[in-house]
Amino acid sequence: MNTPFIAAGLMLLTGVATAQERPQLTVMTYDSFVSDWGPGPAIEEAFEANCNCDLTFIAAGDGAALLARLRLEGVRTKADVVLGLDTNLTAAASETGLFALHGREDEGFDLPVIWDDPMFLPYDWGYFAFVHDKTTLPEPPASFAELAASDLKIVIQDPRSSTPGLGLLLWVEAAHGPGAAGIWAGLADNLLTVTKGWSEAYGLFLEGEADMVLSYTTSPAYHLIAEDDDSKAAAAFAEGHYLQIEVAGIIASSNQPALADAFLDFMLSNDFQAIIPTNNWMYPARTPEGGLPAGFETLITPEIALLYPAHEAVAARDRALDTWLDALSR
Amino acid sequence: MLTLEGLRIEQGGFRLSADLQVAPGALVAVIGPSGAGKSTLLATIAGFLVPASGRVLWNGADITEAEPGQRSLSIIFQDNNLLPHLTAAQNIGLGLRPSLRLSDAESARVSDSLARVGLAGLGERKPAAMSGGQQSRVALARALLRARPCMLLDEPFAALGPAQKTEMLELVKQLATDTGAAVLMVTHDPQDALRLGGQTILVADGVAHPPQDTGGLIANPPEALRAYLD
Amino acid sequence: MARRAQPLGLATGIAAAGLVLCVAFGTLGAVALRAEGMARLGPADWAALRFTLFQALLSAGLSVALAVPLARALARRQFPGRAALVTLLGAPFILPVIVAVLGLLAVFGRNGLVSTVLGWAGLPPVHIYGLHGVVLAHLFFNLPLATRLLLQGWLAIPAEHFRLGASLGFSARDTAQLLERPMLRAAMPGAFLVIFLICTTSFAVALTLGGGPRATTVELAIYQAFRFDFDLGKAALLAMLQFAIGGVAAALALRFTVPAAAGAGMGHPQRIWGAGSGALRAQDAAVILLATLFLITPLATVLLRGAPNLLTLPVPILIATLRSLAVALCSAALTLSLALPLSALINALPRRQSRLVEALAYLSIAASPLVVGTGLFILLFPVTDPVALALPVTALVNAVMALPFALRAIAPAHARAEADFGRLADSLSLTGFARLRLLILPRLRRPLGFAAGLSAALSMGDLGVVALFADQSHATLPLQLYRLMAGYRMDQAAAAGLLLLICSLALFWVFDRGGRLDADA
Repeated sequence: MNTPFIAAGLMLLTGVATAQERPQLTVMTYDSFVSDWGPGPAIEEAFEANCNCDLTFIAAGDGAALLARLRLEGVRTKADVVLGLDTNLTAAASETGLFALHGREDEGFDLPVIWDDPMFLPYDWGYFAFVHDKTTLPEPPASFAELAASDLKIVIQDPRSSTPGLGLLLWVEAAHGPGAAGIWAGLADNLLTVTKGWSEAYGLFLEGEADMVLSYTTSPAYHLIAEDDDSKAAAAFAEGHYLQIEVAGIIASSNQPALADAFLDFMLSNDFQAIIPTNNWMYPARTPEGGLPAGFETLITPEIALLYPAHEAVAARDRALDTWLDALSR
Repeated sequence: MLTLEGLRIEQGGFRLSADLQVAPGALVAVIGPSGAGKSTLLATIAGFLVPASGRVLWNGADITEAEPGQRSLSIIFQDNNLLPHLTAAQNIGLGLRPSLRLSDAESARVSDSLARVGLAGLGERKPAAMSGGQQSRVALARALLRARPCMLLDEPFAALGPAQKTEMLELVKQLATDTGAAVLMVTHDPQDALRLGGQTILVADGVAHPPQDTGGLIANPPEALRAYLD
Repeated sequence: MARRAQPLGLATGIAAAGLVLCVAFGTLGAVALRAEGMARLGPADWAALRFTLFQALLSAGLSVALAVPLARALARRQFPGRAALVTLLGAPFILPVIVAVLGLLAVFGRNGLVSTVLGWAGLPPVHIYGLHGVVLAHLFFNLPLATRLLLQGWLAIPAEHFRLGASLGFSARDTAQLLERPMLRAAMPGAFLVIFLICTTSFAVALTLGGGPRATTVELAIYQAFRFDFDLGKAALLAMLQFAIGGVAAALALRFTVPAAAGAGMGHPQRIWGAGSGALRAQDAAVILLATLFLITPLATVLLRGAPNLLTLPVPILIATLRSLAVALCSAALTLSLALPLSALINALPRRQSRLVEALAYLSIAASPLVVGTGLFILLFPVTDPVALALPVTALVNAVMALPFALRAIAPAHARAEADFGRLADSLSLTGFARLRLLILPRLRRPLGFAAGLSAALSMGDLGVVALFADQSHATLPLQLYRLMAGYRMDQAAAAGLLLLICSLALFWVFDRGGRLDADA
């Protein structure tokens, strides 16, 4: 075995540490945010243009994995800002005691709900929805009951391993309460399968395996804007749609509190917000100056926005999971 | 002088004892019925087996616990004497330096030894490209180069034809005479023992008997040998 | 008492075993120690355990049972493309799960080839989602592996035995009874065990093709405990349960011997007499044809789906490919550096202890990837930056996961080399590094090439622990593939999947081939 070769390989793999004269801001976020096809690279460039600092992202799976990672790291975390939790996770996140208050009031968010969380600030949001192909399904069901009554096949994500999967559970729970079990029983024969994550489900849908897939009302915008394909649409449900609001917070033990605070300002600024729609394919928390990109006006806009307050989300989650498992394990 | 002192070998239910001496430069055949323990005796002398009791002495020094390679002897097996992925010259070179990092002088000695066993110029061949007799010669050339004062041969020529076998025995005798080494050669053929000249150790009924003159032994065999010869 | 040669020193072997234990069990310990309070298993967990056991038993049993006629047909028939087919048998096993699942669904899905053909005949589409879908997918992954393991057993039957059988006028039935059955009895338990262990950690495949939460495996329950409830104690407890299942299976199966996965080479079929009848020929042809269709069609769809965008893949994908290749090569080197001392240890120890070492190496297959990754994170975080070590750690974990297969290939050949040439080497004082260089490595070229190729290919395709640690600058090809999908770029993801398949197969082919070139007798 060639030892020098292996040593060189290991050095190559670990990466060579860069000289760090400028202050460093570490933002912990979910994986698809930092991806070359996500908003991360553009946001890093825009922030570094003015901050005279070095912005580094560290990534962990999705929102739930992010919180788990933060819990593992505890106060020794290198993160200054955590970006990518949602309102289902903020109660647990604030219980860790790791986050500082952001100290802001009324930032004028363009959200379907009033935002008054003192610890976390939203940067984007979206509605969960079932996405379908208009050419093969011109008249989609308009409620869970209609979906259950149809013989359409849907593919969803497992709530235990996926954020949208959990969103659907809370959606049904919030919309139907005690009737949730009945809805799930009705949906059982529509359920083609349950996947580990969003990517698998969406992939199956695009390959034509299912008539509808659980995703976001904003998903058709990707196909329209990036692929010039207007065949995808989200079905508007009469009982309303569950919201996902993605938030960020400052780590209290950060040694760069000023820089972290500046990042939150930047997050709410036009520069950051303008990157969101066509990179994260979500609605920006504050509509940028030029408005939303062309194409977003074609998306459905639910009349009822459903959302459990953070402190109720955990209890609702456990209840909804039991209902779901019970209804579908028969 | 090789001395086996109160040697007892035990392997499962098998037992063999030996109390004997082999003189320097002696040519000794080891014969006896199959399964009597001829090869086991050689393996013990070579250091592959640890005896249950007793000692192996070389010129009075106890080598019972010594590593095989540290003993003053060379051994040639029935087969697998050569590493098939190395050339003849490399296989011989192992006898000088197991690392095979040979000096020019050492490489010249390897060529010399090849010539002495009649294989001049064949050093670059791999074993698969050589006949059985040639392979035996390579193994002998290595033993020659190691020049240890005792050579153990465990039926090395069993797979050769009669003419080739006679040739190889002559070569062994000649090399032994040249280097003054003692030879212990296991064989199942009394004719081989006679051809080697010298003495014979009879291994039978759990005992390796001290060497006796081969001619006398074959002419006037004891009971154990007679059963085998008949 | 016989002296045993210890060329690499037992200390190295024990150190290697320690490292494997550390990765497989130490990480579990680290997770358990971080847990607060005792965890208890609920009815849902027991249901997950039952499903895991049931699907793994079924998948492993069917894989091995179906591998028997396929391996026999491959063992006794020569036909054009046989060598290529045997190489392709390695492909499904090293495919990333998501690529393989999409490939399978392109054939067996609601909108797949089979359903389309049925549609022409006016028949309803096949419904693949359910226990049968899980088993089908596991068959796709593991039937080729089982076939390779059994094929090895066939080719290890000495040709003389078949000749003896022919001279005694054995019929095909006699040959099966007297020559093949004893080999199968020795080879099947080991093949069953390996596949059973692989199937126990299945999660994404079981869930997706299982069609819903009924198809919950222990690994999914671990996922839930970790990210849903952040109950580390329960995650550790479930991981232990997974080991316990594997341990029981290993104890049962390792009482029989396991065949080497490489060694004698699979280049040439056995000349088996008495199998020349038309019916047997037709049977073998049908078996080979069906198996080829079953295994190659999904791969072909991966090829067709990915090919259009292969040449226009973005630069980050190409960089990630280079990174993955580097990880794969390191992983292969690490696998060999672990497998050689371990095989020396196995060969030096008495049978009982050597079986134990072997079983422990096997059990690393049953390790939960999530628990291993989390445990490593917990262990590394206080000491250093786990993110900076993401790739070396990935290479190490991948190496450990490939170890059981490497050991199966290397240990028997190692034992054979020592049996044939150990005494010669001892008598020449060929020890230490010289012995490794001049005796062991040259004699083990083939199994080493096979093991390195398999390890590199597995590492190339495995998302592994990198998903838990990586940032922008450490993304491997599988991770980038998932990121493409997460960014809606399914066409590019398909091309990346094809690139991954090509790289994995090429790595395997190069190493395996390298081990065969110029290997003397």
